[in-house]
Amino acid sequence: MNTPFPSIEQLRTQLTSREISAVELTEEYFHRIRSTSHQLNCFVSLHEDSALQAAREADSDIARGRDRPLTGIPIAHKDIFCIEGKKTTCCSRMLQSYVAPYSATIVENLENAGAICVGTTNMDEFAMGSSNETSANGPVRNPWNLQHVPGGSSGGSAAAVAARLVAACTGSDTGGSIRQPASFCGVTGFKPTYGRNSRYGMVAFASSLDHPGCLTNSVEDAGRMLSAMAGNDTKDSTSASQEPIGWSSSTRPRRLGYPTRLFADLPQSIARPLEEARHTLEAAGNTIVEIELPHFDVAVSAYYVIACAEASTNLARYDGIRYGHRSKFDGNVEDMYAQSRSEGFGMEVKRRILTGTYVLSVGHYDSYYMKAQKIRRLIRDDYLRAFHQTDVILSPSTPTTAFRLNAMDLDPTDMYKQDQFTVPVNMSGLPAMSVPCGFSDGLPVGLQMIAPHFRESELLELGIDYQNLTDWHQQQPCLPKT
Amino acid sequence: MPAKNVNSSLWEPVIGLEVHVQLNTNSKIFSSAPVTVSVEPNRAANAVDLALPGTLPVLNKKVVEKAILFGMATAGRIASRCRFDRKNYFYPDLPKGYQITQLTEPIIEGGTLEVRVDDGSIRQVELVRAHLEEDAGKSIHGKYAGKTGIDLNRAGTPLLEVVTAPQLNTPDEASACFRTLHRLVTWLDICDGNLNEGSMRCDANISVRRHGETQLGERTEIKNLNSFRFVERALKHEIDRQISILETGGEIVRETRLYDVERDETRSMRGKELAHDYRYFPDPDLLPVAITQEMIRAARSAMPELPEARCSRYIDELGLPAETAHRLTQEKAFSDYFESAFAIAGNAKLTANWVLGNVAATLNRNEISIENLQLSGPQLGEIVKNIVDGIVSDASAKQVFEHVLATKSNVADAIGQQRESLMSDERDLKALVQRVLDGNPIQVEEYRKGKKKILGYLVGQVMSAAKGKIDPKKVNQALTEILASD
Repeated sequence: MNTPFPSIEQLRTQLTSREISAVELTEEYFHRIRSTSHQLNCFVSLHEDSALQAAREADSDIARGRDRPLTGIPIAHKDIFCIEGKKTTCCSRMLQSYVAPYSATIVENLENAGAICVGTTNMDEFAMGSSNETSANGPVRNPWNLQHVPGGSSGGSAAAVAARLVAACTGSDTGGSIRQPASFCGVTGFKPTYGRNSRYGMVAFASSLDHPGCLTNSVEDAGRMLSAMAGNDTKDSTSASQEPIGWSSSTRPRRLGYPTRLFADLPQSIARPLEEARHTLEAAGNTIVEIELPHFDVAVSAYYVIACAEASTNLARYDGIRYGHRSKFDGNVEDMYAQSRSEGFGMEVKRRILTGTYVLSVGHYDSYYMKAQKIRRLIRDDYLRAFHQTDVILSPSTPTTAFRLNAMDLDPTDMYKQDQFTVPVNMSGLPAMSVPCGFSDGLPVGLQMIAPHFRESELLELGIDYQNLTDWHQQQPCLPKT
Repeated sequence: MPAKNVNSSLWEPVIGLEVHVQLNTNSKIFSSAPVTVSVEPNRAANAVDLALPGTLPVLNKKVVEKAILFGMATAGRIASRCRFDRKNYFYPDLPKGYQITQLTEPIIEGGTLEVRVDDGSIRQVELVRAHLEEDAGKSIHGKYAGKTGIDLNRAGTPLLEVVTAPQLNTPDEASACFRTLHRLVTWLDICDGNLNEGSMRCDANISVRRHGETQLGERTEIKNLNSFRFVERALKHEIDRQISILETGGEIVRETRLYDVERDETRSMRGKELAHDYRYFPDPDLLPVAITQEMIRAARSAMPELPEARCSRYIDELGLPAETAHRLTQEKAFSDYFESAFAIAGNAKLTANWVLGNVAATLNRNEISIENLQLSGPQLGEIVKNIVDGIVSDASAKQVFEHVLATKSNVADAIGQQRESLMSDERDLKALVQRVLDGNPIQVEEYRKGKKKILGYLVGQVMSAAKGKIDPKKVNQALTEILASD
């Protein structure tokens, strides 16, 4: 086993004690990226020049004692966040050559905290997918087994963090797109409360479900990333004004909600590590409270109705008129829309646009969209009720470990079921994270923890406790050296 | 083409209006880009207006304030919570592929508008609703060979769409209703009222039915009428067209029509007739808007005296004739001008005559608005006060008025100068009077025969010969003396 990989805090200590310079650290990361990333296909573009320039500035800031919480820390952004002057493609043909003229608030916040962006990571097209196979840039491979998917949609971010090619990555989570790949790749994936992180500049998939968040090697790293990312933003009407995220190192016993039925149907390979994690948490003084989430079973269907409805209109702006792909096909304006969109979007995106268009149509709106919104409220109420008697709810992150590439090609709804443990959380806007809790056949297993709105500190404290007791998060995949 | 001899007396037109009122905010409804018409294409459109990936709308609070003001002025119900919906359709000048509007929870519901029709009758027109929405950009056809230009400067301009009940029965009423709305929104200062620049655009829904019929007939919609006259003319034509179709056993097709100003007719808008399913649903990027008591209080204290109230006050308290009061309250700035003049002059009738006479004539002649007149309300009040006090004649006052306008001097100085230039030399005056009498032998004869009233005419002749630069009392005196002495 390798020596534990340095945490953000340890890297910061090395930088401030001048053990290593930011330029050296950045170069070291680029070296690692060059030697391994092609096996994973986890990056879309690398920003070596601007990263080294930022590293030089970081060194000068450190020298003058002007460093900030993440000064010199190399990170990457999921290709869904706009970065001024850089390509932001959402891994779609539609935005293949789109260069963002402004930066997302999250990108700015991390830049202001001193983080160095080394590039952008691969993802499912417009964040629609759970395997990273819908990317126009080709699938990402799971660093634990190259024949398996990394999960999605933040698959590139999860693989890059798992392979230690960056210290941390941003991600977005609409139905599990941070937690599911984090679980598949054995890293920590954190999705804060809806409204905690600004969505401005994060290309929209489903506005009411889209959560920016991060993927890291540890819960503590996630806390450091979130502290830098979060904050009220006047450019996002759904952004919340809340106390900053904090956490203390003192452990206290918590009441952990345990939805027994969710764990009951899991395959043994996953159930066993989760069971073990539960014992670890119990042994640490936490109490387990059995809870029920009565509307869990209908969450996936309701989620896909709402997510597709919102996506169908959020993606209407890609019409080939002002930017993005425009077909060479000559015809009238209607033809131009149809042709540009047919060429620009991939299968899964089209499927969701069509589904969304259908459920919003006259005659279907009430039976689909309205009903789904009602279910959404019921699901949220289930959680809020459970939180009357618990501090944090435990759940599996995924129903399986990382599956093989092309395993889900036949029926898209098989893929949608991948999200069954994660979508209800997005529908409720609650903060949640997935932490590695073991392996099955050499593939990581994740445990999901869910907290009440704006109680990210609960997750951070419990997660840090758990990771002090375990070393699953320190396991590193062995990639063949090339 | 409509038959000219339709028997319109058998038919009752039913008209409802939808008026898009462009709110005069500095920035757009959901972005910080400026609202302006006078810049190059796409210069007043930012990332949000262009619907760049990742951008989000943020509501401009000013539009809410202005909508509340409108709701209050029309006694509508102001929602305690309103919401925005997406109206989805593809159009090249609609950047997001949807328009943000209010379908299910508009900011204002109900209300009435008191409309004074040209024949003097008053109609209380019910309002169905008023909701907030964003304007689209413009497609520019014909300017670029083989291409359509897209200008998104207008995209995101705040609109308040006011919908009346189908309660108007003539083109005159419809036009008067549009005019009343225009007066109200400019009075409230929520719209600049500039019809030529599209600040108010009217769509008219129109159907006809036989008198006594209670069911509404099939309707058509005439889009984008941007003047009072066009509303009237387009409706006249459409009513005739519908009646002639019905009288010849035809059926009205529900459709959208355009009024062709050049050919003075309405025409079907082809290609727009596809039955649209706009797939409305609540915009998840915008939270519902809570209208707080504080916002209501703020609107109440910002509410000006409304035109109808002011008009009644002019009649009841100032004793002005109804028509005068009505004319004075067509435009707030004009009415405010009257108020400030009256406050100093103290004589409402005389002040009103001056405002509706000399002041209005000057505005017309120079094609300026009252705000740009080089003579303030209080200055006019000072001039009128001098007439009231017998210090200057009407004619001299007119001279003073023109002098102040031309030189921007103050009124007291102008009056001083005026009086100095009055003919003070007795001999000059007498010589002038004699000349006028010599030129009017018949009138002099009549006067001598006892028709004393003719003196007024002679005074006028002298005054005009002196170009007004003379004190009428002295003229009167001189005339009487000379006529008596002969």
